[in-house]
This record gives sequence, structure tokens and C-alpha cells, in this order.
Amino acid sequence: MDAPLHRPDPDAILARLRADESRAKRGHLKVFLGMCPGVGKTYSMLRNGRKERTDGTDVLIGVVETHGRVETQALLDEMPIQPRKEISYKNAVLKEMDLEGILAKKPALVLVDELAHTNAPGSRHAKRWQDVIELIEAGLDVFTTVNIQHIESRSDAVRQITGAPVQETVPDSIFELADEIELVDLTPEALRERLSEGKVYLGERAATAQENFFKEAHLDALRELALRFTAERVDRQVRDRRTGDAKRVVWHSGQRLLVAVGPSPFSTQLVRRTRRMSDFAGAPWLAVHVETSRTLTPEAQRLLDKNLALARELGAEVVITHDDDLAAALVRVALEHNATQIVVGKPRGNRWMDLIKGGSLVDRLVRMGGDIDIYMVPAEESKKRRMQMPELSWANPREYLLALAVVLAVTVVGFALTKYIGYRSVGCLYLLTVIGLGLRIGRWPVLFAGLLSAVLWNYLFIPPVFTFLIGSLDDAMLYISTVVVALVTGQLTSRIRAQSRNERLREERATALFQLSRALGAAKTLDDAVFAALRQADDLFSAETALAFIDENTGDLAPHFASSFALDNKETGVADWSFHNRRVAGRFTDTLPANAGYYVPLLSEDKAVGVLGVKVPSEGTLTLAQRDLLEGFAHQLAHIIERDHLRAASERERILAESEKLHHTLLESVSHELRTPLAVITSVSENLPNADSGLREILLGELQTAVRRLNRLVRNLLDQTRLESGTLKPLLDWADAHDVINAAVDATKDALAGRQLMVQIPDDMPPVRVDFALTEQALINLLLNAANHTPAGTPVAISAGIEQGGRQAFFVVADKGPGFPSAMRDRFFKKFVRGENARAGGLGLGLSLVQGFITAQGGEVLISDEPGGGARIMLHLPHTPLQNPPAE
Amino acid sequence: MNNNPLPRVLVIDDEVQIRRLLRVTLESGGFIVHDAENGRLGLSEAAAIQPEAIILDLGLPDLDGLEVLRRLREWTRTPVLVLTARDREQQKIEALDAGADDYLTKPFGGGELLARLRAIQRRANVTNDPAIVRFGEIEMDFPARVVRRAGQEVHLTSKEYALLRLLAQHRGKVVTHRQILRELWGPNAEENTGYLRVYMLHLRQKLEKDPKQPHHLTNESGIGYRLVEE
Repeated sequence: MDAPLHRPDPDAILARLRADESRAKRGHLKVFLGMCPGVGKTYSMLRNGRKERTDGTDVLIGVVETHGRVETQALLDEMPIQPRKEISYKNAVLKEMDLEGILAKKPALVLVDELAHTNAPGSRHAKRWQDVIELIEAGLDVFTTVNIQHIESRSDAVRQITGAPVQETVPDSIFELADEIELVDLTPEALRERLSEGKVYLGERAATAQENFFKEAHLDALRELALRFTAERVDRQVRDRRTGDAKRVVWHSGQRLLVAVGPSPFSTQLVRRTRRMSDFAGAPWLAVHVETSRTLTPEAQRLLDKNLALARELGAEVVITHDDDLAAALVRVALEHNATQIVVGKPRGNRWMDLIKGGSLVDRLVRMGGDIDIYMVPAEESKKRRMQMPELSWANPREYLLALAVVLAVTVVGFALTKYIGYRSVGCLYLLTVIGLGLRIGRWPVLFAGLLSAVLWNYLFIPPVFTFLIGSLDDAMLYISTVVVALVTGQLTSRIRAQSRNERLREERATALFQLSRALGAAKTLDDAVFAALRQADDLFSAETALAFIDENTGDLAPHFASSFALDNKETGVADWSFHNRRVAGRFTDTLPANAGYYVPLLSEDKAVGVLGVKVPSEGTLTLAQRDLLEGFAHQLAHIIERDHLRAASERERILAESEKLHHTLLESVSHELRTPLAVITSVSENLPNADSGLREILLGELQTAVRRLNRLVRNLLDQTRLESGTLKPLLDWADAHDVINAAVDATKDALAGRQLMVQIPDDMPPVRVDFALTEQALINLLLNAANHTPAGTPVAISAGIEQGGRQAFFVVADKGPGFPSAMRDRFFKKFVRGENARAGGLGLGLSLVQGFITAQGGEVLISDEPGGGARIMLHLPHTPLQNPPAE
Repeated sequence: MNNNPLPRVLVIDDEVQIRRLLRVTLESGGFIVHDAENGRLGLSEAAAIQPEAIILDLGLPDLDGLEVLRRLREWTRTPVLVLTARDREQQKIEALDAGADDYLTKPFGGGELLARLRAIQRRANVTNDPAIVRFGEIEMDFPARVVRRAGQEVHLTSKEYALLRLLAQHRGKVVTHRQILRELWGPNAEENTGYLRVYMLHLRQKLEKDPKQPHHLTNESGIGYRLVEE
């Protein structure tokens, strides 16, 4: 495991930097950990708090239980305390920590005692540790206290040591957030001394339990547990710093654990166990629940929910799948997720069932699993006795009624027909009935129908009738074989039906996600994607759905217009909470469950990009599988939104870079290009008053040239800016090529004075669909270039036409100058591609503008040599022939 | 028209230097010049002095120049010449559609400004449309619906005739593509611009000496057509 640690992995360092970033905004969490009550955690916390206060920190006591201890009480003197909030519940008034009040005061440091406390119903969160997470995520520093027995992954161990059940636990993940863990240590002797002095508060626990709990041997074991827990954290912190790893982001080993989770208390233990294993191995883990065709009792469903929630809290990725074959499903999921180890409980099923199924679960896992390691965790004996596996309901009572009715009906028919077909054929009727029922109802009702048929057939039909005796050996053989065939076939058909149902469910889920990703892929804009996803979610969950993002302008969470679920203030509050705390909230959860909506944050990497809200009708529910699917939806949506953000960001960056480049070019060239004509104008205006008429003529000519040059420069700069800023939108309209060329020639007649200009346009030139102004401007630039870069008096040619095939129109400007040096031609094209310009006013800006004007219309610019010397620039524009006007 | 022998022109422009230069140019060209530095002042000046022509810069600090034009057109038909910057092609078309008589793109020469101003003024002073319009060797006889070239009757289709008549009625003035399309095909015919090019091509072939470099039926870059009499 240490091998990959020698050289820090750059990805891991990046991950740590990111974790640091989010940690920077988060408050600092310090946990005072004790091995058991009475070691002085609250005392230590208060002393630390007072010290911070003398150092000038704004400290607030959120909640502290002194249990009447004098020394502790003394530490509260002059400390600011947030009054508790009163919550009435079932005619009683309970006092809880005022989370909202603390958040409103925004102190720098809050002291919160007893992290494992369970809040009164009606509080924002079910548990105090959730309050603490909210406090640190709001940027407040928190000191808190907890005993080792309350730590989720250690509570089993504590119970094994002391025998006392642990009611309230804190998930291990909160310790991932802790920046500091201080072990408040006391020797067992000292503790027992304190106990005898009555300094230890033990709550409502009975005196016998106290004795048991505080046995010296127990205390030693608890102390060791606490010390080890702290040492592990320290070890990991050191490791994190060395490798630059924020543990949950990058895993050290190629291992991946998978634990099977069911609706049993034993599963709870398995989950904790796997978490410890994964911690130790530094490997990620999956918690898999296999839904079978059996319906769970509400009690079992609750327990299952709890187990899965626990797994999630402990950091597992939860996967839910449908299959009646547990072993096959586990292996399938393991292969899909590259799990290297499967953790299962020691089988409790009876051997008979194993025989029918072809071996115990473990046997079959080992056989099918190939390279996957199988870990078997034994259930505790004591526990097994105390906590019975919750009963599974034996399918729908209606199915039994149906089975009964059908069998009785067949009996009546059999009675009527027995004269004609004989009692043996009646057996066949029963056989067919049982097989038929197998196609409609569950395994147990089918078994019931089979047995009922057997009894009725024997009693009513097989001679001697109205007895359970069977007269002949023949009949006995026939009876036994028919009954066996009926029972087995009934079971098999029923199982096949269940399997196909499971496959259908899996298929539905896969299809839903596939359709979603296809819809998202096909969507051209983010709005389209959101619209498609929400409509699909509406159908799938038979619910109203809403999607909210952060509005870039206001910074508030704003629902997308495609939402069908209108969020009122209260609902927006929950959505907001879910978004900022990056956790599911609302109905069916521990956080703000009184609301109508269930909210899933859209998580991308370590930040939320939005919230998906679902409002199912008040009598409806969201099954585990649906919630899982919803998370799948949220994941895909988050991905698409993130992609959109990235694209927008890179586009912004690109535009920024381009405009920076342009600015640079401008600064460089503008000084030269602007100053030259300005110098001419200054000089002319100084000399003009004293000039004689001949000189005056020359000066005015110079003045005009300078002004034209300035004018052109300004025009080019404006055009370039429009091109670069993306505000230039071509207005395509039909134009006569003669008009375009005449306009360009007209605008350049001064610059081209003294040259022969050849215009060549075929007589049958049809109208072309172009942006008149842009094309005219492109031609003007080309004509001016020709004027500036070729010797005076050389001819310039301009022509237009339609390419053979009629798909493209072209304009060509050709001169008889030196042409483009072939060594430079590649660079011209590079410039076009990059939109770079070597010098303004001259060739660089002129040609790049031509390129911009033409590509904006979907055309292209080609440069070649004119036969016999000279440059030839061809503008290609897409062309579609104009329909002939309707006859008049 | 009025007792003042010299025509009065109102210049609405926010640039003081442009106003000064225009004043020099226009006064040398025989106009009496009033000016206003923003749209609101311009509107009240126009109402107060009732000028014979208005020169309106479209880029004004307070009101959009187009808005000033629309408000003017609510109560007066005084000819308006608009000044625009080159990078606002669409603005020219909007101004012409909103009732401007002509436009000039900055920067422009003083001579051209005076020529345009006189042209729109002359048109404004013609009270009755003549029955016969002549340009070059072309003679257009409205009552007879006949067009003659050098005395010979030229056969025009009804659309060609309608196009020519529209330009002749507004001779000297730019008629935008949109205005022509509405006149010839009704309000929802913007897609017919292609046909318009074809009809114009036919008209030029029938009426111009050199159809490739038309002298009378001229094109205004991407904006519209103008019938030039000389």
C-alpha cells in the first residue's frame, strides 16, 4: 500500500489544493474526544474557549451541559451564552440549541457540547452533529465534545466491551471535517476516584449499568479504543500531508470493497465493519442493496433505509439493483464497479434452502466471483438472539385469495367433468391450474395453491373418495408425481416471472438514464437540456419537478423556467440549504422533513451547481430505487451544467485573450499609423498661411491624403473591433454583383487614380445572396491593398462570377505587382487563422478584415499568384440560385 | 413660402466643432443656420422657427436620433437629412423608413452636403407631381402609363413599371428596399428582395445606356435604389 506513496502524485496534490480551498471557506472544527463520560471534556473545551476569548476571539457558547459540576459552572462566568430555543413537542417544552440565532450572530467560535445529542422533533436537523456541520460550513469555528462510544464505527466495539447499548451515534465522516482532535485522557484509576466523589454525571442510566460500565477492565479497553482512534487520525493527517491527499478524493490502493446491505440489524454491523476495513485499506467502498420481488414490511423498509443512510454517511457509494438471485446480483455489481472484495454476513439460512438454490450465498459467491475476494463476517450470537430478523411479508394476501378462488373453481369444474374424463384427468386440470397461477402470482401463494390442490384432489376425487387414502399403487405413484411436478413447476414459473420483472425494472432504470443522456446529448443549449430532463423526470416520478441554479446577477438560487414545481419561500429555503450544504434535504430526509419537496443537490466535483427538487403527491412516496435514479439524474444534470459552465468560461477566456492580442497590436501600430497623418496635418496647417498658390495646391493634396489615411485607419479599427467582439452579424440579402463592384470601385477611385481598372462580370450573372456592405468593404480593402502595394500605373482587375456547378459565387481582385512572396504566404494564412495582425493600416489588418468579412458570411479567401506575376485574391461565397420571379 | 428670401436650416448635432463647421459651410452656401445641441432643444427649435430643412445627427446624447425623427414626422414634412456613422448600416435604413429624406455618412465633404440639401429642398418645393418625368433619354408619361426611350416606346411589365414609377415619384431620393417591397408586393413580402434585383436588372437593361454601370437607376450600398435625373 505504501508503494505508490513514494512520489507524490500530481493529481493528488491538486485534489488536496482543492480540498484546502473549500476548507479555507469552512470553519475550523476541533473535537474533544473522551473514552467515557466524566473524563472532563466539557471542562477542557470551556478552558480552551476561555483562552481563545482572552486572546480576543469572539466566542459564543452554543450549548453546554454542566450537569451541576461546580468547576465547570465556574468556567461559564462572563462567557456570552446563546439562549436555548424552546420547542414544544407533545405538550412538553424542550430546550434545544438555537442554530438560527447563532448563525445570525456570526461569532468567530462556537462551543457546542455533546455532539451526539438528538434534537427534539421539529428542529431543523434531527441530530446535533448536523447543526455543527452547518455551523462550520457557514464559516464559524466550532469546539465540540464526544465520547468514543458515540462514534458510529466504534459503537459496536464499545457495546461488546461494556454490554451497554449505544443509542446516539455520530457518523465517522464528521471526523473527516475535523481539523483537530484532542483526546481528553484520564487514567482509569483517576476516573474511578472522580466517580466515587460523585463528580461524574451518568444521565438516566441505572446504577448497575454504571458499575458495569466503569469496571476497570472496561475502562482500559475504552481508553485503548479512544487512543487508537485518535492515533489513526493523526497517522492519516501525516499521510495526507506527505502525499498531498484529501483522503476521500484519491484512494491509495486499487482496492474497492463492496458490502451487501439488507433490511436487518446485522447489516448495520456489516456496514460499520466494512467502513473500518475500507479505512484501514485506504480503499473506496460500495454498499449494495439487492431488491427482490418480495415486498418488505414498513418496518423492514425503515431499517433498510436506515442502513443505507448509514452507509452513505460513512462515505459509501450506494448502489441499488433488482434481482432475485442475491449472489448473481452482487457479483454483477462488483464487476460493474471493479470491486475487489465482497463483504457478506455469515449465512444464517437453513441448509435445505441452500440445497435448492445450489449452495449457500457464500459458496455461490466464491464460485461466480472469480478473482473477487469474499469476506465473511460472523454475526454475534447474543445479538442474533436479541434482534430477530424482521419478518418479510409473505406477499399480498389478495394473491392467496385469488389462488383459493381459482382452485375452488377448478374443483367445481372437476366435479362436473369427473364422470366424463375420469378422476386422473382432474389431476391434470389441477396441474395446469397451478402452472397457470405461477404466471400471475408470487411463490408462496403458488405453493399454497399447489398444496391445496393436492389435498382436494386426493380427498374429493381419488378413490376411495372423501378420505385421504389412496386405493391403488398406480394412483399413489400418479398422485405423488403430479403433486411434485405441480409444486416444482409452479415455483419455477413464479420465479421466472419474478426474474423477468426484476430485469424489466433494471431495464427501465437503464433506459431512463440512457434516454436522459441521449436527450441531454441532443440538446443544443442548456435550457433545452434542462427542459428535456425535467419533463422526463415529471413522467418518471409522477411528480412535479424543479431545477434551481445560482443566478449570476443576483447570486441567489433561482428556479429554471422549465420547472413544473413552483418553489415558494419555504421550499426555496430548503433548496437553498441543500445547495449550500451539498446534501439531500426536505421530505423523506432528516433535514427539514416537514416540507413538500425532496431536494437533491447537483454535485460536480466538490461544489454544487444547482438543486433538483421533486414534489410527489402527499400520499405518494419515493422508493429507494426512485431516489437512487433521481440521484443518477442529478449527477447527469450536474455534469451537463458543469460542461456548460466550462464552455462559457473558456469562451470568455478566448475572447479575452483575443482582445488582449488586439489591444497589443493596436498599441504598437496605432502610434505609428496615427502619428504619420497627424504629423502631415500639423505641418500643412503651419505652412498654409505663408504658402503661395502653387505650394498651397501641393499642401492641400497632402492634407487630403493624410485625412483619407486617417479615415481608413479608423474605419479598419472599428471593423476589426466589431469582428473580434463577435457583434458583427452578416445581413444576407440578394445583391447585384455589378452594384457591389461599382460601389467598391466608386469608393476607391481616388486611390486608384491613374491606373487601368478592368471590370469583368459575365452578362448572365445572377443576383447573389451576400451581405452587401461587408462584401463591398472586403473589395474596397483589396482594391486599396492593390493600390498601396503595386507600382503606380500598373493595372488592377476585378471580376465576379459563379463557379462551375453553381454552388459558389466568387469575386477576384488581381494586380500586376510583385505578388505575395511565397515564403510569406503561409504566414498570411496563419495570421488569418489566428486573427493576428502584424501591422495596422497596412496589409495585416486589411487582409485579416477581408478574411473576417468573408468568413462571417460562410465564405473563404484564397490567395494565389496571377499568371505572369502579381497577386490574385479570390473571395468564395456560398451561392444558391434565385428562383425565377413568378410570371406576371 | 415665407418672406425670408434665404432658406433656413436647423442643425441638430451635439458636437460643437461640427456645428461650427456646418455653420460656415451652410452660410457660404446661402442658408441661414440655426442650431441645437441635443434632441429636445432641436424639437422645440424646429417648432419655433419652422425651418425649410433639418440636418439631424443620429447619435445624440439625450434622445435617440431616430426618436427625434419620428417625433418630427408626427407634425411636419420638413425635409430631413440625417448624418450617420459608417458602422451603423441598419440605422440608415431605419432612418429612411422613418421618413428621412436623405442621409450622409460621416465624414463627408461640404460640397456634397450642400448638393444633397438643395436636392431635398427642391423636391420639397415641388407642389404638384408632374405628369411627365424625364431623365436622360427616358420619358415617363404617367397618365398614359407609357415609357419612351429616345422617343421609342419601351415595353415594361407591370411590376417593372410599378418599380420605375415608385422611384420616379421619389426621384433624387433613396427609396429603401423595404419601401419598394411593400409598395410592390404588400406588407409581408420581405423575402422577395431577390425578385426586386431581377426586375431592376431588367429595367436597367431596358433603360440604361450601360446596364453594368447604371447612371440613372443607381444603387445605394445595401440600402435601396435612387433615380438620378441628371
